Amino acid sequence: MTTTHQADAVVDYDEALSRFDPVMGLEVHVELHTNTKMFCGCPTEFGAEPNSQVCPVCLGLPGALPVVNEKAVESAIRIGLALNCEIASWCRFARKNYFYPDMPKNFQTSQYDEPIAFEGYLDVDVDDGSGGTEVFRVEIERAHMEEDTGKSLHIGGATGRIHGADHSLVDYNRAGIPLIEIVTKPLVGAGARAPEVAKAYVAALRELLRALDVSDVKMEQGSMRCDANVSLRAKTGEPTSAEQLAVPLGTRTETKNVNSLRSVERAIRYEISRHAAVLDSGRSILQETRHWHEDTGVTTSGRVKSDADDYRYFPEPDLVPVAPSRELVEALAATLPEPPAERRKRLQNDWGYSDLEMRDVYNAGAAELIEQTVAAGASPAAARKWWLGEPSRRANEEATDLVSYAAGIGFTPATVAELDSLVRSGRLNDSMAREVLSGVLAGEGGPTAVADAKGLELKQDDGALEAAVDVVIAANPDVAAKISDGKVAAAGALIGQVMKAMKGQADAGKARELILAKLQ
Amino acid sequence: MTDLPTDLTRATAAVLAEALASKTISSVELTQAHLDRIEAVDGAVHAYLHVDHEGALAAARGIDDRRSSREALGVLAGVPIAVKDVMATRGLPTTCGSKMLEGWIPPYDATVVTKLREAGLPILGKTNMDEFAMGSSTEHSAYGPSHNPWDLERIPGGSGGGSSSVLASFQSPLATGTDTGGSIRQPAAVTATVGTKPTYGGVSRYGLVALASSLDQAGPCGRTVLDTALLHAVMGGHDPMDSTSIDAPVPAVVEAARRADVKGLRIGVVKELGGEGYQAGVRSRFEESVQLLVDLGAEVVEVSCPNFEYALAAYYLILPSEASSNLAKFDAMRYGMRVLPEGVDAPSAEQVMSATRDAGFGPEVKRRIILGTYALSSGYYDAYYGSAQKVRTLIAQDFDAAFGQVDVLVSPTAPTTAFKLGDKLDDPMAMYLNDIATIPANLAGVPGMSLPSGLAEEDGLPVGFQILAPAMQDDRLYAVGAALEGALTDRWGGPILDGIPDLPSAGAAGSSNAKGA
Ligand SMILES: [Zn+2]
Repeated sequence: MTTTHQADAVVDYDEALSRFDPVMGLEVHVELHTNTKMFCGCPTEFGAEPNSQVCPVCLGLPGALPVVNEKAVESAIRIGLALNCEIASWCRFARKNYFYPDMPKNFQTSQYDEPIAFEGYLDVDVDDGSGGTEVFRVEIERAHMEEDTGKSLHIGGATGRIHGADHSLVDYNRAGIPLIEIVTKPLVGAGARAPEVAKAYVAALRELLRALDVSDVKMEQGSMRCDANVSLRAKTGEPTSAEQLAVPLGTRTETKNVNSLRSVERAIRYEISRHAAVLDSGRSILQETRHWHEDTGVTTSGRVKSDADDYRYFPEPDLVPVAPSRELVEALAATLPEPPAERRKRLQNDWGYSDLEMRDVYNAGAAELIEQTVAAGASPAAARKWWLGEPSRRANEEATDLVSYAAGIGFTPATVAELDSLVRSGRLNDSMAREVLSGVLAGEGGPTAVADAKGLELKQDDGALEAAVDVVIAANPDVAAKISDGKVAAAGALIGQVMKAMKGQADAGKARELILAKLQ
Repeated sequence: MTDLPTDLTRATAAVLAEALASKTISSVELTQAHLDRIEAVDGAVHAYLHVDHEGALAAARGIDDRRSSREALGVLAGVPIAVKDVMATRGLPTTCGSKMLEGWIPPYDATVVTKLREAGLPILGKTNMDEFAMGSSTEHSAYGPSHNPWDLERIPGGSGGGSSSVLASFQSPLATGTDTGGSIRQPAAVTATVGTKPTYGGVSRYGLVALASSLDQAGPCGRTVLDTALLHAVMGGHDPMDSTSIDAPVPAVVEAARRADVKGLRIGVVKELGGEGYQAGVRSRFEESVQLLVDLGAEVVEVSCPNFEYALAAYYLILPSEASSNLAKFDAMRYGMRVLPEGVDAPSAEQVMSATRDAGFGPEVKRRIILGTYALSSGYYDAYYGSAQKVRTLIAQDFDAAFGQVDVLVSPTAPTTAFKLGDKLDDPMAMYLNDIATIPANLAGVPGMSLPSGLAEEDGLPVGFQILAPAMQDDRLYAVGAALEGALTDRWGGPILDGIPDLPSAGAAGSSNAKGA
């Protein structure tokens, strides 16, 4: 449903960046896909009948007590290690006290000043401004364990939000699902690339968590959620200059509900433009949470955050401290997948992609899909071409990410490999393959079935093709001469004419072979 | 062994257990005798909030059947018990003495209750308590106070005054309690019964409606040291559902109670828990008991625990802090009371929450929630909660040092005998001082027991004797307690509880005992 929001004034992005330096902070919540919840034995399946996965513990019934899920602690440690963090040898849970109907105990069992992991980093690749790639180091402040809340469903009213609703229903299935919150340090020095850095970070983090096999990381299902903090300060020089870094941080806003890679980029871009407009008008930024609206591409004001927000944290007395032994941490370190940077280098090398191509692949979140597609028999070039083409465009259009989009319609690496094999076998040419792909994405079936149904097949009659080639060579003596002189690139012009003559029903590769064979 | 009395309600649990095992009596007969006794006297005492006639008899019948078919049964199988209303009981109301939970029937059993059921103890009912275990007199129960069977005008102690008065009025041979700052021991002291607060983590807290999680400990209540040990053995042990539960066998409490030996034991009298502020009769009964222990062959020395002076202050920061958070769940959303605010159309969740908490919590609960919320607030945390935790460490160090010199520590359990209902209701500080001798054990997590040491000369009311032992050495409490109990029985010519006056029967005094506002 579309909602209208009081439009805030915004300043053109480039103009904003000419006067202000943006600083970001990203908080990512990740639901672990452990079999059971953080503090009880309830299952964690997504989409179950409301309130069917609950017990006295996760309903917060009087007298019930939590017990820590060891698997969740192990996942937290593995995430910490993969983010190059230090792992606490002793840490406690803490109670974060506040009232909310979807929080059964009216406190969230979380960690406060003793996180399980702290002081790490994740390197992400961003555009260096001249077509190449450079590494931006995102410093991680902490990763800590906590439990998810239930989910409120507001019934009645126009917006599905609590305002105007007749009543609300609460589903506690999600209450107590293990969460890891990963918090960055303030990200400075990104300058105009701030939105890009944020998107690249979330994409890299998602890739990493998927490789660790600790979470479904489905942003659209909420198993990975991002809150983006943005503030602006006066621009005094280059983003990474000492002069610029010395300028105190401005007041920040925290944008919630940013649930796709694309939204991360858009929401930050929007907030930078909005902050600039507020500051330009001489007003000051209100420290508040903002809600991101995917449909309209704007944020609206949420709750005002003030220093008076007081969660009265204190160590959780119902739980004994978590004290992972050195041996356990070492054993978990041994289970880590290949570090992302090394993996990326290896893949780029194996696939023969340029820096730019590789970055596009990562930004699209397609590395894993391509890896699986190549494993299924496709060439790396074809895999990249097909994944970054139509499917990426549609995922963007639907405001979701590529992996989720593909999973949602059952479009798999094997599908792409099948499409590629149809091209390689000579059955389809490129334009036919694109038509088949459209059919597959429209749910008409697999590539072979779609090609059959549409009667798409290259004419295998080499006689017709050869005749067309002869006609085209005869009509273009100048070009033919160049090719004969070794200027192979000129063949392209002739191939186009041959294909036109064949009404597209021919294999361009074969046409090229014939032309070259006749002229060399 | 002692002969079985004609009135089965007068017998100890140990004697009843033998009579049941030898099939001299049946559990149905025994349970019925207690239900009859409840019918006759509880109108005057008001020890029970809920009596489960059918459930208790059904459980008794089940045990009798199993015994007939020669099943191996636990020692206490068939002996009925009363359960403090702070413990979740599946299918039985659990109110914690609060209007907030009126009508709440838990869908699950506390681990302790599961253990009682598995051991075959029929549950007679749920006993009265100060609301959410906050108090030393049961006067803070939303359902009215219980009365001390020694003098119905007086308090039976608290928060477990329902359990202590049940025992002292022979309405059950055994009862459960919970002790956060003395709620098992102080009621035992003022009713001439026995109660133990086990080592923190020795008995599962799963299913105990939490007051202060780091202090709460469930424990056994009985009329003799041996009975209490028998129940302790049933209740104790590791529970994977309670993260703070200790994974170790229950100390050999029953053996220790049977051994009843203090020869060569080093006993420390805590200098700071006695003297000024303690009633004369309390002091003389205490000194007399110490002398009896010397006569039995113990070596007695005075031990100083200098930081105990700060225990009460630290306790009244830690307890309200944890309680303010533990009680946050009572929000009218999922169970218990729900009150709609007056004069509000379509009230919000927050308004309903607020109206419910206003109507559902009594003044003492509100007082402590406010105290705790304040103590945890940013800017105050370090000065209050933080300092209190430091004091807690110092108190634990005092215990460590003391137990380096002696095997057990002793003191009077409470500074006075039972006071009159209403006497301290308007003076929270005076009420809090009742627990001055019992609180240090909760702060340090060590076990403690109270047993009767006689009657004070000036008012003829019971006096309690407290024994404290190092963590997981709960058996020492029983060795010392049973030895002293034996000597005192000789000294008084029988159990001290035998001196209790007869109660008016069948509710004749029920209304006349209602306390004045
Ligand atoms: Zn659960």
